Amino acid sequence: MNSSRLTKFLIPVFAVLLGVIAGSIVMLVSGYNPIAGYSALLYGSFGDSYYIGETIRQTTPYILAGLAVAFAFRTGLFNIGVEGQLIVGWLASVWVGVSLDLPKVIHLPLAILAAAAAGALWAFIPGFLKARFKVHEVIITIMMNYIALHVTNAIIRSVLSDKGFKSETVHPSASLQSEFLQSITDYSTLHYGIIISLIGAIIMWFLLEKTAKGYELRAVGFNQHASQYAGMNVPRNIILSMVISGAFAGVAGAMEGLGTFGNISVKAGFTGIGFDGIAVALIGSNNAFGIILSALLFGALKVGALEMPSSADVPTELVDIVIALIIFFVASSYLIRLLLSRFKKEGK
Amino acid sequence: MGVYEMLQIIIPSALFFAAPLIFTALGGVFSERSGVVNIGLEGLMVIGAFTGIVFNLTFADSFGELTPWLALIVAMIVGAIFSLLHAVASITFRADQVVSGVAINFLAVGLSLFLVKKIYGKGQTDQIQVGFDKIDIPVLSHIPIIGPLFFSNGYIPSYIAIVLAFVVWYILFKTPFGLRLRSVGEHPMAADTMGINVAKMRYIAVMISGALGGLGGAVYATIISRDFSHATISGHGFMALAAMIFGKWHPLGAMGAALFFGLAQSLSIVGQTIPFLKNVPTVYLLIAPYVLTILALTGFIGRADAPKALGTPYVKGKR
Repeated sequence: MNSSRLTKFLIPVFAVLLGVIAGSIVMLVSGYNPIAGYSALLYGSFGDSYYIGETIRQTTPYILAGLAVAFAFRTGLFNIGVEGQLIVGWLASVWVGVSLDLPKVIHLPLAILAAAAAGALWAFIPGFLKARFKVHEVIITIMMNYIALHVTNAIIRSVLSDKGFKSETVHPSASLQSEFLQSITDYSTLHYGIIISLIGAIIMWFLLEKTAKGYELRAVGFNQHASQYAGMNVPRNIILSMVISGAFAGVAGAMEGLGTFGNISVKAGFTGIGFDGIAVALIGSNNAFGIILSALLFGALKVGALEMPSSADVPTELVDIVIALIIFFVASSYLIRLLLSRFKKEGK
Repeated sequence: MGVYEMLQIIIPSALFFAAPLIFTALGGVFSERSGVVNIGLEGLMVIGAFTGIVFNLTFADSFGELTPWLALIVAMIVGAIFSLLHAVASITFRADQVVSGVAINFLAVGLSLFLVKKIYGKGQTDQIQVGFDKIDIPVLSHIPIIGPLFFSNGYIPSYIAIVLAFVVWYILFKTPFGLRLRSVGEHPMAADTMGINVAKMRYIAVMISGALGGLGGAVYATIISRDFSHATISGHGFMALAAMIFGKWHPLGAMGAALFFGLAQSLSIVGQTIPFLKNVPTVYLLIAPYVLTILALTGFIGRADAPKALGTPYVKGKR
């Protein structure tokens, strides 16, 4: 492994370490026992088969949300809109799940495809505006998040229910829930979605690394002008990467709609999965396999946190602080690079 | 119900909802004019709201009527300190400013709820007892027609927000400090050549935005929600960001946009009591600010151009 690749690998590891250390300082300062806190976190995420099931269930949408953010990152775009694309994907999957009656082999894939299409459509708008009007995608995607939230709530109230707060449960033929997976994990909410998200990771890797189109998308991300002179259609590639990114996000929503919850309810605020996806992508170095690992890390953090108040008296929000700090440290990778290069010099 | 009665409901409540947005959007103007993207406005509002409420609950007995005012000042200070994190990451460590802003938002929510649970042992604070009183502005409120609409039954922070927008305009466009601040956002290298300390200007700008964001959050919490929980600030920072962009990075534009968004917000809440709005689904009013911002950015409502060096860290000596 050459030194730049080693640094690239070390940055997320260091960031996580620094985040965990900072978290224990926060616990110490506010009078909690960090060892008890982190033991509770560890037990609550991997302690027995139920917790393992819950952790994997939480990892499922994180992988897809991370892939969505990373796919955009790799092609030079920042998709903060994963949250909104996820919500419309969730809505679309549940809509197809409750309103159609089909055999499972058709119904389930159709519901997932509907989610992908909804997410892709939601991402198409910022992609198109960026390609056509050169509007920065960050702001548009943030605005699209809020539009998604309010529109989805309105549709749940008026179309999917009779002025109620949640839709009906999706038909069994569109459900990802699995008696088998639940029974081997002590009746956690684990569902088949994890298989879909792993397939998603393989698709992203294959698409970006092994196809000519993926090469083109990455090239546009690196240098638009060079790509244009090489004869690539830059606007079309920008739109395409947003659409693919949005499709991943939409499928992440389907995991919640068809798997974890089986329905959709009116949301007072965001799910947070899309925003956490940014952290997942950053820690996973925007690499499909790195993302699986970092999604597992974040899934474990989120699920394990629920155990912290009861057994160590530490508020669950400690984990949010740790996650925020990890993002800071990754973002400030210049700092970590500086430290690493200093260590190297001293080593010589 | 006549038009005048309707306006009497709509306008004061629009002013009421707009105040926090104006403060925060003005903060955004400072930061982004200096070339630092501030997606963290939401988080700064959260910290401000948290500080404002906690200070108010803790010191209401000792300071009495003065408490909410002191709470606003303390929230500004805490907001400025908190924004230092964003400044250090994005100016000194050359972090991606959007990512750093996202981290600010995460951290603000995590930290403030962590502390609420630590201090109060539950996820939500109590309601504050001492808030701002509604006032009629002397003289102005006696002007026929306009007086009762705009100058009666309002909260002082709303009026301060509007005055402040003009002050910020003066600072940014009529003083040497403002010129320097804008120059580091447009062309940092040229500014550096002229002897302006780019990093220092950007630090100052980000901290001002922190102070104003904190102020916006505290005003929101003190007048509108009156307590603090995870849902107190939900998207208001982003709406302020939208107002700033819709206002084309100009303090007065940002104020106008914030007033308009405040109007949309208030209509979505008081709309049920107004005859001709009763049949308009609230969803249209809820999404209006965001849709308009997208249209503004796309150029349908006049072109909005960001400061040239927005989002790029300045590395001395690099061409």
